[in-house]
Amino acid sequence: MILEKPLNEGVFSFRVKIDFLISFISYNMVRQEIDWLGGNAVENKFPQTFEVIELCLLAGKIMLQCGAETYRVEDTMTRIAAALGIPHSHSYVTPTGIVFSTNGTEPAKLIRISERTTDLYKVSLVNGVSRKVSSGEYSQKEAFEKLKQIENANYTFPIYQQVIAASVASACFMLMFLGEWSNFIPALITGGIGFTSFIYLHRVVQIRFFSEFLASLIIGVLSTVFITIGIGTQLDKIIIGSVMPLVPGLLITNAVRDLMAGHLVSGLSKGAEAFLTAFAIGAGIAVVFAFMS
Amino acid sequence: MITHLITSFIASAAFGVIFNAPKKSLIQCGFVGMIGWLIYISLVNNNYDAVVASLIAAIFISTISQIFAKIYRTPIIIFSVAGIIPLVPGGISYDAMRNFVENDYNMAIQLAARAFMISGAIAVGLVIAEVIYQLIMKIKFKPKKA
Repeated sequence: MILEKPLNEGVFSFRVKIDFLISFISYNMVRQEIDWLGGNAVENKFPQTFEVIELCLLAGKIMLQCGAETYRVEDTMTRIAAALGIPHSHSYVTPTGIVFSTNGTEPAKLIRISERTTDLYKVSLVNGVSRKVSSGEYSQKEAFEKLKQIENANYTFPIYQQVIAASVASACFMLMFLGEWSNFIPALITGGIGFTSFIYLHRVVQIRFFSEFLASLIIGVLSTVFITIGIGTQLDKIIIGSVMPLVPGLLITNAVRDLMAGHLVSGLSKGAEAFLTAFAIGAGIAVVFAFMS
Repeated sequence: MITHLITSFIASAAFGVIFNAPKKSLIQCGFVGMIGWLIYISLVNNNYDAVVASLIAAIFISTISQIFAKIYRTPIIIFSVAGIIPLVPGGISYDAMRNFVENDYNMAIQLAARAFMISGAIAVGLVIAEVIYQLIMKIKFKPKKA
């Protein structure tokens, strides 16, 4: 009586173990068979699809943050997905977020984009990666590592070079808008200081509108100071030239292009962003004029 | 005219620096900008309307950018943005703003509409060139597929 119970239990557990073993072996055999039949995708489908979605979203995120056009972002994402075995994917790109979904049962994923700058070098790098993925040169893993590297790296020109570029551009624009050579130096200086103040104010204030407003205010004040001192003669030309580095030219054209390509939401929101920027610059200059007159 | 050439080249290349275009393509950026501005300014000097001039210049800019994008295997946006910057109606928008502040609303609205027309013309020019490019590509490659 006493001995029977453990014996029974032992037999039972032994049986369970055997059953389990058999089922495990047969499962593995079936699994291998699936592999032989080329059903690799069936077995690995879920993790791989998720990784591909991650990859596509990362590529889209970098491109959108660096100021690529909406259609290019969508195109890149669907291309990468198609190259990695998801032929029918859907992406919905707006300037503030990306929704990406495959045609299968996987949930759609969303990414929020809060900060947008213009960094064309990164756009071209991501473009190169997507090209290599489509041609089969990069595997999904390599591409993901490459994109991570691109995302974390900082390829921008050093700030002093950007400021020099902005000031030279301001002076050149002043000349292009038929200004006189006597205004060259003031335009150079105000353009440089305006752009510098925009960069630093943007770091402090974080709200684009105010940093642009304050930068153009500084530009206005500086140019009036230059005129009253007697350096430079044409106030209008100096201000126009120095304001040019802040002007949202890229946004305006991208907005109209998106609208025409049928991306109505992103077109309108980019247009709103461009309008806000233009309004901020105009308001900054307007304040100076209001106090002058 | 030479001043215009040099300044527009430098300004476009400098904008390439601000937008962080790849270092190798800065010269091409400047070149695209120079061609665009050259076309624009010579049309305006020959009494063409600024809107028409912007449209034609934008078409040329976009075409050249397409060619460069094909040659250097980079996104077209790198070249077209730098090329377009000189055409952006900064001066007119500035005048519009100034007239708003000085309570001359009639003049201000006129100028603002003009600035809007010019930026619209630039974008339309870009799109037109792109559509033409796609048409050419389609005509070129369709017989091969069929």
